[in-house]
Amino acid sequence: MNPADSPRAAVSAAWSRLPVILLVEIALLVAFAVLPAFLEYFWVVFATRVLILGLLALSIDLIWGYAGILCFGQALFFGAAAYTVAVIARDLGIDSIFVVLPAAILVGFALALLVGWFVLLGRLPPTPIFVALGTLTGTYVAERLALGWYFLGGQNGIPSIRPMTVAGHELQEGVEYYYLAFGILVLVYLGCRWLMRSQFGLVLAGIRQLEPRITFLGYRPQTFKMIAFVLSGGIAGLAGGLIAFHDGFVWPNLMGVVLSTQVVLYVLLGGMGTLIGGIIGAAAIELASFHLAERLPGYWPIALGLLMLLLILFRPTGILGLVVPLRERSGTFGWRGAAPRDKEADGDAAA
Amino acid sequence: MPLLEVAGARKQYGKLTALDGVNLSVEAGQFHGLIGPNGSGKTTLLKCIAGAESADAGSIAFLGNDITRMTPTGRSRSGIRLKFQITSIFPGLTVYDNLLLAVQAGSSMLDLIRSASRRGLHAQVLDSLERFRLAARKDHPAGILSHGEQQWLEIAMALALEPKLLLLDEPTAGMSPEERRVTGELLAPVRGTCAVLIVEHDLDFIKGICEVLTVLDQGQVLDHGTVAHIEGSQRVQEVYLTRV
Repeated sequence: MNPADSPRAAVSAAWSRLPVILLVEIALLVAFAVLPAFLEYFWVVFATRVLILGLLALSIDLIWGYAGILCFGQALFFGAAAYTVAVIARDLGIDSIFVVLPAAILVGFALALLVGWFVLLGRLPPTPIFVALGTLTGTYVAERLALGWYFLGGQNGIPSIRPMTVAGHELQEGVEYYYLAFGILVLVYLGCRWLMRSQFGLVLAGIRQLEPRITFLGYRPQTFKMIAFVLSGGIAGLAGGLIAFHDGFVWPNLMGVVLSTQVVLYVLLGGMGTLIGGIIGAAAIELASFHLAERLPGYWPIALGLLMLLLILFRPTGILGLVVPLRERSGTFGWRGAAPRDKEADGDAAA
Repeated sequence: MPLLEVAGARKQYGKLTALDGVNLSVEAGQFHGLIGPNGSGKTTLLKCIAGAESADAGSIAFLGNDITRMTPTGRSRSGIRLKFQITSIFPGLTVYDNLLLAVQAGSSMLDLIRSASRRGLHAQVLDSLERFRLAARKDHPAGILSHGEQQWLEIAMALALEPKLLLLDEPTAGMSPEERRVTGELLAPVRGTCAVLIVEHDLDFIKGICEVLTVLDQGQVLDHGTVAHIEGSQRVQEVYLTRV
């Protein structure tokens, strides 16, 4: 047998392969950076929504793909933050980006702290079902509350939100808002990427794989999960603040069960545990929904549902699973010093 | 003062009494063997000491402090480490990352978030991998290691933060005779600095490395003493050694 065909050589060769996720990330970064130059106004607005929903999907992948927390209530943080900035703009007349976006993040943090305290710390150790149902209940209650509360506009929501401003300049939907959302998404993405590849991220990977074991190494898994959950809530809140000023109105669906589930599907379709997967999934589902709605009016949710079902059955690792090896999904955490590992791996691959 | 003192530990699973008033004392740096027939309560006792199970009655003191109600995390931080009977490594992480995970458990949350201690711990991780014969495999996912190597990795992880007491639940189960011999060699250097409480069915292995043995039967201590004493004990012969 050719030594290069041996299992060991195959493993080494696979391990030393170029990081595919990095290539996907760079390609998407470049594509999104130049996209408005090639798109009509309608599609720029469409793409801006995709970026904001991608930010929301990123927040889910952070906790689901990396910390193993399946949250079916992410829209609660998103919608509550959207409503908060809408009320601030409507009742206080404040629309400065330096006030409304930090306020949206704070609302996300605070609510995630509250929900996390209940579902993650309230019962030790919480089962995944308990967490999923607990968060689902939270988003359902919030949606019902928004539907029935006159102060929040009931089922009509809050319309005609004034544009967000930067030093008095109004940020209109279109290219300006696109680049605002793009810049924020890139910054948050880089932050998440850095954190997930840190030693903190390594502990999360350990928790995801074998939570009972991590306790016996001296870690408190609940603390790590809580930090990730609160961070994720803040990111969802930020996305909520962006959507409120982008769409110019907020309505109960923004914090409802449907959106909460849809975001989970974004991540599932794109590929969980990759960060970039959620953004790809958001773009794919939003585009598919739009085109299916045009071609199959009345039937498109069924068609989309069938597509999702087929995907879950036959490609549970998502779109990125087609090109990204499993190894990259768990990430590399160890600092390799003078990289004797690379020499070994190269030697093996050459053999 | 002994390092570990278990007094009157009881544990009931429904109608089954797993531990029935067990007393056990382990001295610092001592290799202590825990033997007994299947179902005699060895693993339950180990789990109660590590905090994986809580004793229904009795007390457990470690370094003079009562740890009976302490969480597993707290016990681990105070210097008790457990190697499970079923290999419990992180199969999707590399061998290196498994060990880093164990070594960095002593770092603060802020250091973990900033990855501040990674560089400093690198040499320690490599040393440990070298010592446990895993250096060549460090970039492979731990899940593809052989059974013996996985056991060594788990022992290396348990010893990473220089615990004062290491609890080993059947460390040589499923190993070849050669792997058992190597396991004994790998454990030898910690003698004197870290006490080891070993549950094991392989009597030759346990007699070779332990100074003191405790024999359990039906949740009670049948006998306790040096290897020579246990080998000569009539009661142990009747209840245990002749049955195995």
